[in-house]
Amino acid sequence: MSTEQSNPNRLIGASIRRVEDPPLLTGQGCYVDDVKLPGILHVAIHRSTHPHARIVSIDTAEAAAMPGVVCVLTGDDTGDLALRAPMLTPEMNMPEHPVLARGTVHAVGAPIAAVVAESRALAEDAAAAIGVTYDSLPVVTDAEAALEDGATLAHEELGTNHCYTMKRENGDVDKAFAEADHVCRLHMKSPRLVAMSMEARGVLAYPDPIRKELTVWMSTQGPHRSRADLANSLGFPENRIHVIAPDVGGGFGSKGCVYREDVLVCHVAQKLGRPVKWMATRSEDFLTTCQGRDQAMTSELALSKDGKMLGLKVRVVANLGAYLHSATAGPPQRMLVMAPGCYQIQDVRVEIVSAFTNTVPTGPYRGAGRPEAVLNIERLADKAARDLGMDPLELRRKNYIQPEQFPYRTGVGVEYDSGDYEKSLDEALRLSDYDQLIRMRDEARERGELVGVGVSTFVEPSGGAGFESGAVRVDRTGAITVLTGSSSHGQGHETVWAQVAADLLKVPMEDVVVRHGDTIAIQQGTGTFGSRSAVMGGGALATAAERLVTKAKAVAANLMEASADDVVQVEGGFAVTGVPERTVTWRQVAGAAHAKGTPAGMDPGLHETAFFDPNREAWGFGAHVALVRIDADTGELTIEKLVLVDDIGVVLNPMVVEAQVHGGLAQGLGEALCEEMVFDEDGQPRTGTLMDYAVPRASTMPPLIIGETETPNPFNPLGVKGVGEAGTNGAPPAVANAVMDALSPLGIDHIDMPYTAPKLWRAIREARKG
Amino acid sequence: MEHPARPVNVTVNGTSHATEVEPRLLLVHFLRENLGLTGTHVGCDTSQCGACTVHLNGAAVKSCTVLAVQADGAEITTIEGLADGATLHPVQAAFQEEHGLQCGFCTPGMVMTAAYLLETRPDADDEAIKHALEGNLCRCTGYVNIVKAIRTAAQQPR
Repeated sequence: MSTEQSNPNRLIGASIRRVEDPPLLTGQGCYVDDVKLPGILHVAIHRSTHPHARIVSIDTAEAAAMPGVVCVLTGDDTGDLALRAPMLTPEMNMPEHPVLARGTVHAVGAPIAAVVAESRALAEDAAAAIGVTYDSLPVVTDAEAALEDGATLAHEELGTNHCYTMKRENGDVDKAFAEADHVCRLHMKSPRLVAMSMEARGVLAYPDPIRKELTVWMSTQGPHRSRADLANSLGFPENRIHVIAPDVGGGFGSKGCVYREDVLVCHVAQKLGRPVKWMATRSEDFLTTCQGRDQAMTSELALSKDGKMLGLKVRVVANLGAYLHSATAGPPQRMLVMAPGCYQIQDVRVEIVSAFTNTVPTGPYRGAGRPEAVLNIERLADKAARDLGMDPLELRRKNYIQPEQFPYRTGVGVEYDSGDYEKSLDEALRLSDYDQLIRMRDEARERGELVGVGVSTFVEPSGGAGFESGAVRVDRTGAITVLTGSSSHGQGHETVWAQVAADLLKVPMEDVVVRHGDTIAIQQGTGTFGSRSAVMGGGALATAAERLVTKAKAVAANLMEASADDVVQVEGGFAVTGVPERTVTWRQVAGAAHAKGTPAGMDPGLHETAFFDPNREAWGFGAHVALVRIDADTGELTIEKLVLVDDIGVVLNPMVVEAQVHGGLAQGLGEALCEEMVFDEDGQPRTGTLMDYAVPRASTMPPLIIGETETPNPFNPLGVKGVGEAGTNGAPPAVANAVMDALSPLGIDHIDMPYTAPKLWRAIREARKG
Repeated sequence: MEHPARPVNVTVNGTSHATEVEPRLLLVHFLRENLGLTGTHVGCDTSQCGACTVHLNGAAVKSCTVLAVQADGAEITTIEGLADGATLHPVQAAFQEEHGLQCGFCTPGMVMTAAYLLETRPDADDEAIKHALEGNLCRCTGYVNIVKAIRTAAQQPR
């Protein structure tokens, strides 16, 4: 992927350096914990050390008497204050989710009491002095075990561990399987992962009891949705809450929803009439922030003997953890729309069953159900090829949806917009020198070395999940402001939206200021998650810009006494076709628009807003290739080469896109190589700090080759598709397939990620024992 | 847990401060809360992430693992003191040029670690750079552009 400007006349497509960098590089960023207010109080929380227990007693007397302590709250004080998640099916079971435990705790880390004090240190001292006696209850941590008959209940009050079931079926699946020559079966599990944004969660609430207002600084991916969630939980009017997402130190899906501490802090602030702050420690973040994956997939792929995919059955069992956040139930549903991947399989049955356990709640984490779906179909494709003695690439090519079939309605009833899967595969093979890789592997295998090559070809939906807003405003002096509901937390919106607006308005980029992350400044918004910003925020911005240009042309026509049809955009303003000397600048147009210069019947001003919802997702795709080597004596896995070719339609800023691929890949490799949140059978987290939970480091990253193909999205004004999750979706299955290829001489069929050295060493040892 | 305050005299970014602190106060909290230098970040509680890296008497240290009282008499440089007025330090400039930051939260620690590395090993190659970053975590960039930025900074004439 070139990081040079592809078209020197356009800003769209140029690798513009980021305008948000200088403050962040000089210590002038402002994250929640950097906001200072006079009279601020601090909250520390006493959390459950038990995964499932009745609370017998809570002794807060000593804590309440400690210096600097303003008050101590328990569930008796916060009452019905709780989080609410949406009902997805009429039968959905939903446990209580009070902001402080009431009677029972269902996971380690559940909040039991909150201390409010004059400093954070004093609050923590007092929280540690709270004494809780528990009556332990039995524990269930595994979702498949939780759904067995007679399973231990994660919530006794609920009477079941089952949350919801969803099904989707198309065609005649039973017939397809009856007619198949071969059925390939796989059971696999995605490891539970921790989002681990470098900035843990935090919230600061500033009440104004006289004006009945509440200002909240939150580390959030979507301030407008957070505002609505806070309003609902607090019973306080949404239009009196001002949510500000200042600089946000990463989110990766985990900061999309409101958490108990957010509601609690707002409540305490309103109750005391003073600003109140809570910042999660890293340990609290491990125990309370929604975690990702933790899905088990049981799948069957029906095939003809020549490798034609005939039918697919997938059953997902998803571990939701102990409580439902607003987005907890979402990720497993991705399988409903993604199960067949890039293949022509029309007879498909998908069932999603989700269960509660005594673990940290799950929710969206980079990919949010997409990585599981890609892993499922791409591991199936490889195993099917092995079962049939076919080349895995040949099997894939035989089943790809073909370019002329788009828009293509899949076997799960979703319409893919565009694609050319052979093109991206061919590019990945070219960049990886695939034939040479295979030769190297075969030679290494001759020498008894464990070397493997793996490919994953995938589709990934982006956008969706509601609308996005964008506005472009030109003030009296011609100064241009973009207002976007697509709130950034590191993705570079301030740069890219300025690029897009300046390109469409034909003005220098420096003339455009981008505002986001503030519910008073910005009309409305949904936020940044699920690779949606370019598609949704970009779509909204492009639509608003187009409307603005149309209006500005009418004003310009009025000024130049020409017909609006004869007015064209030129650099910095407008001209009359064929009369190049008759021009007006944006400044002149804006001045006129605010001073009775609009044509008769047209509103004054120059400010256009768009609420954008294409009612369909954008389906990006790609092909990733991995070469791996496993040390047979130690089980240590080395990725020797990794090639990623992604097709995300039109690229707005190649530098930013490539960096999104890098970041997604690092998280994907975390899943493949080292990351797993582990609970022991008693429900105690065993990887609750960065000393135990292994995230990738600089040395983890393998040699990379990144390429691209470009298939524009015909249903988007900018032609774009999302890219933020490409690395997490496509790369882990390529690594998994490579690892299984490396281990194939030992007769090993499947191993779940992460491929840690002890796990591979044990598998190799078992296989050699025969 | 009241303990008698202890005197601390430090010079931070060229300004000397004489004050008294609780003996248990960490240097990172001293910088952030007492001096208002919030560019130094706290990303973990086990000294793994490196977001709090500052220079203490010229060496890169994790300020979450130093007590403020231990810094008595020390010269400290934080991210706020690295640039020369409006002119970015070569490492800062290279991070922007090579897109070595996304959310920016780990960035101050990364930059301080890198600046120290290039002071002590101006010829650091990729292996040395990756080794030097063992104690600094980033969740956004996959480190690719961070390593590239440090390599770029290393090639700048100084």
